[in-house]
Parts: sequence; structure tokens; C-alpha cells
Amino acid sequence: MKQLSFLLEKEFRQVFRNPAILRSVLIMPIIQLLIFPFAANYEVKNVLLSIVDHDHSSYSQKFISKITASGYFILTDYSPSYNKALEAIESDKADLVIEIPKNFEKDLVKETKSSMLLAVNAVNGAKANLGGAYAANIIRDFNQEIRLDWMTFPAFNAIPTIEITSSNWYNPTMNYKDFMVPGILVTLLTMIGTFLTSLNIVQEKESGTIEQINVSPISKTTFILGKLIPFWIMGLITLTIGLLIARLFYQIVPVGNIALIYLFAMVFLLALLGIGLLISTYAETQTQATFVGFFVMMVFMLLGGLYTSIDSMPEWAKWITKVNPVAYFIEVMRMIVLKGSGFADIKYHLLAVLGLAVVFNTWAILNYHKRS
Amino acid sequence: MREAVITANKLTKKFGDFIATNEVSFEVDKGEIFGFLGANGAGKTTAMRMLCGLSMPSSGSATVAGFDVYKQTEKIKQNIGYMSQKFSLYEDLTVSENIRFYAGIYGMARQAIKEKTAQLLNQLNLTPEANTLVKALPLGWKQKLAFSVAIFHEPKIVFLDEPTGGVDPITRREFWNLIYRAAERGITIFVTTHYMDEAEYCNRVSIMVDGKIEALDTPRNLKKTFNATSMDEVFLQLARGAKRSDD
Repeated sequence: MKQLSFLLEKEFRQVFRNPAILRSVLIMPIIQLLIFPFAANYEVKNVLLSIVDHDHSSYSQKFISKITASGYFILTDYSPSYNKALEAIESDKADLVIEIPKNFEKDLVKETKSSMLLAVNAVNGAKANLGGAYAANIIRDFNQEIRLDWMTFPAFNAIPTIEITSSNWYNPTMNYKDFMVPGILVTLLTMIGTFLTSLNIVQEKESGTIEQINVSPISKTTFILGKLIPFWIMGLITLTIGLLIARLFYQIVPVGNIALIYLFAMVFLLALLGIGLLISTYAETQTQATFVGFFVMMVFMLLGGLYTSIDSMPEWAKWITKVNPVAYFIEVMRMIVLKGSGFADIKYHLLAVLGLAVVFNTWAILNYHKRS
Repeated sequence: MREAVITANKLTKKFGDFIATNEVSFEVDKGEIFGFLGANGAGKTTAMRMLCGLSMPSSGSATVAGFDVYKQTEKIKQNIGYMSQKFSLYEDLTVSENIRFYAGIYGMARQAIKEKTAQLLNQLNLTPEANTLVKALPLGWKQKLAFSVAIFHEPKIVFLDEPTGGVDPITRREFWNLIYRAAERGITIFVTTHYMDEAEYCNRVSIMVDGKIEALDTPRNLKKTFNATSMDEVFLQLARGAKRSDD
């Protein structure tokens, strides 16, 4: 193990001499955590709205002012006909069309019912879905209001409606930052784990120094440990910085035990470093390593549950998430940070990631040859 | 008394249909400077890599320092030094950090490394550059340093793969002085080159053409056999029939 101390000494010296690595370990998390949570959220605002009002009545006016006052919509177009409104959608001036029919007010008053057409541009799926849902909500509200107005008339028979109230557990205000910050922290650790390790080893291949090591009596395991330990420590430093930022800027204080987060991160990093190592045993150049690394990262991220819910994925995709350490960590992070889950709640996640760590590292060690 | 430290018997390496090294057989004696000559692509580097345990032979047998190249590569590695064609010190480490690292992975103790480093830097006139990053050194110095690092742990044999590529004749001369000094200490030198003037410095020389050893003797005997005045002429006579030209 004396050899290992020389390897570690060399590795750390190189890290501290390489400003690019220091930047990615220290500055990248700060920037990402300060910018991302503000830009990337699930809320949909600024839905461009086109209204086709055939009625021009006081009720239709009331409705329009209600929907524009909600803050989610910007009235950009006021068309005389539905076809004209569709043109506005085609030219990207509107995302959503609401058509108010002729006799809207008259029908409402006389027959106590009327209809409205809601058309949504579904090119941007998330915006369309949420925009449509908001609009439907506002229409329902509007409906409620006029019924209340009419309650005073004895002749009117108020139909009892079921009102739904919801409460958001563990994140009562549905603050997206509380949701995103732990997730972003995981993606940062993922980048450090896969990229820094694989690029570091492949760089030794490119410069030829790895051959000098392969011709020495140093064992495969010692060499690999010498490569993994420094990046393992750097990952934990990044995690610490990230947790500090979460506390200082977002007031996110994990409800659960911080030591548990570290324990999980230690095992998680082991799995990620194993993947980085594995990539480096196959890649001959840094370009190759970067491309493969990106591919793996994208799969892990998109199927990791940061942006979309794993529960709503098809069966086959759910199976992929079972071998995705990122998915486990994002879930565990949210469980510990928001819900205060304890060891018993995450032990299966921990075991799964530990298993993946063993698989990836064994595969990498078997595939690393001192001799070709 | 002759004592063979490297023996190769019909050592062969194939890459698919391509036979890089074709049944080469030779012996290298202890303390000898053994020149391994050949044009680019003749198979020199492949043969050397098999002996160092970096490449698995396809067939044939060989021993290095008494150990088998198939089964005892880790034992071989403890007894050899290696300097590759590709410059192999860490550019972002200083001179003394490079020495310490390589000595360390060969299992030398820190105190011993410290003392020997001072001695070596003094010998190479590099003491003022001890804390200079290697990338800031001129190529000739880097190569002398790389050689010194390769024999720092006192191996029995040192393998040098085209160690003097790209440097001027004066620096090459200085480099060969280092080689002589190492040979005097009893280190066997196995060196590949395609500079024919360097061949003259070797005790014995083998010349490879298209994966095979076509001649093996002292430079003097080779010149006599081929009726030539220089090693250059010997080499040209042998290599004229070569079909391969690329590395």
C-alpha cells in the first residue's frame, strides 16, 4: 500500500495544478445551483392567448378580464373568427385559443348553461397541457362565481357541486426549488464521477504515461484505487458545497439526517466512478470518452426522474431506471431532504446502488489490461 | 563468463493476418548493450513490448531475467526498466516529483528516493531545475531524465525504444554516455534505434527486416560479412528487400 500513497500524492498534485478540474469541482456547482433552479421549473407562465369573442356581452367581457388577470396568460390576439385565431397560432402569436360563441350570455341566463371552445397548440407539450389546465380551472371558477350571483334568485336551483381542495405534503407550497436543488446536486456528482475519472485515465493513455505504469510492478487494483480515491473525495467536496448553497440561498435544510445523505453519496460515487473507469478502459482517446460519457449521462439524466416522473414512464423504461444509480440518488435525496426519511426507508436504494457499484467496478477491473 | 538475461525462441506476434514479429530467436548477455535495429514497421517495438510484458506473444517462448513472458510478467516488471518511444514523464509534474513518483511505484523507500534524487540531479546538472515542471525542459534534457528515471530503481535490464528520436547529435552523444555508464554498472541495455551511428556503439546488433531477424553479430563482424565500411551500408543491403515501410 506504500505504492498507493505515491499514486495519490501524484494525482492530487496534478489536480491542484490543473485549473480546469478545480473549476469544475468548485465553481461549476456554485453556478449551476444558483442559476438552474430559477430558470428550470415546471411552472408555465406567459401562455400567449388568442380570444375569439362572437358574443361581445358583459359576461364575455367579465370572463376575458378574469382570465387575463390570472397572471398566467398574455392576451396577444383578438380575432374576429376561429380561422383567424388559428393563423395566430400558426405564426406563433398564440398558444391557446378560446372561442366564446354567439348568444353566450343569453344562453347562460336563459338556459343556465353555455359552452366554450378551448384549442391548444400542442407543439410544446408541457406548456399546452398546463396552459389548458389553467384555462379550464379559470372557466370553472367563473362558472362558480355566476352561480353564486344567481343564488339570490329564489327560482334558481343551485346544483351542489363537489369542490376539490388539495394539500401538498412534504413540500406544502409546491416550491420547485425545493424539488430541483437536490436533483441538480445529484447531476453534478454524476458529472464529476463519470467525466473526470474517465478523462483522467484516457489522458494517460494519450500521453503514453499509462504504458510506463503498465510496465511497472504496480498492481491493477492499486492503480485503480489511486485513480478512484481522489475523485471520490472531490465528489464529496462538491456535495458539501452544494448542500451549503442549498442552505444559504434556498433555505433548504434537509429534514432528515445529513450523515445519511453522505453515506448514500459515498456509495453512489463509487458506482459512478466505476462507470467512468469502465468508459476509460474502452476509449482510446479523450474525444471517444467524452462522447460515450455524454451518451451515458443523457440516459441517466433523462431516465433519472429529475425532469419527468419515473412513475409515469412505460414499463420498459422503468426497468432501465432500475440500473440507473442517478434515479436512486435523486429519489433518496428528495426523500431525505424533503420528507426526512430514515435509514430504513432508503436501505433498498442503498443496496441497489451498492450492487451497481460492485458490478461496474468489477467489469472495469476485468476489462483493464496491463497487457494487450 | 556469458550469462543470458534475455532469451527469445521463435517469438511471434500476429495481429489478425499480419505477422508483426515472425519467429525471432536471440539471446542477450548480462551487461551487454544489445542493439535492435530495423526500419519503421519492421517489428522492433512489438518484440520489445512482448519482452516487457506489455503485449501477449502469439507463439514461441521467451524469458527475461529468468522469468517467463507468459506467466511471470509481474516478476519481470520488478526487474526491468522501460523507456518508450512516446515521451513518458508527467509534463505537469516537476523533475523531482516525477522521479519520486516512478521510484515510489517500484517500491523504493522515501528516504532512499530523497538521497538518490539529489545525487542524480547533481550528476545530470539538473539540480537548479529540480522544481521545474517537466514540460518546460528542452527535449534532450527530458530524454536524459526519462532514461535516468527508467534505471533509478536499479533494474537488471533496461529496454529503450528509440530513445533518441528527434534530438541533435551532441545530445545523442551525451545520451549514449549515460547508457555506457549504466552498462558499466552491470545493467543490460536493450535498445531499438534506426540511427546507424548508434548501432556502432552497441556490443552486438540484430537487424530486423519485415518481422524477421536477418542478421545478428557485433558491428565489426557484420561489416566484414557484408563487406561494408559502415553499419549504414550493412543496413541498406539488408533492408533493400523490405516490403513494409510504415510503423
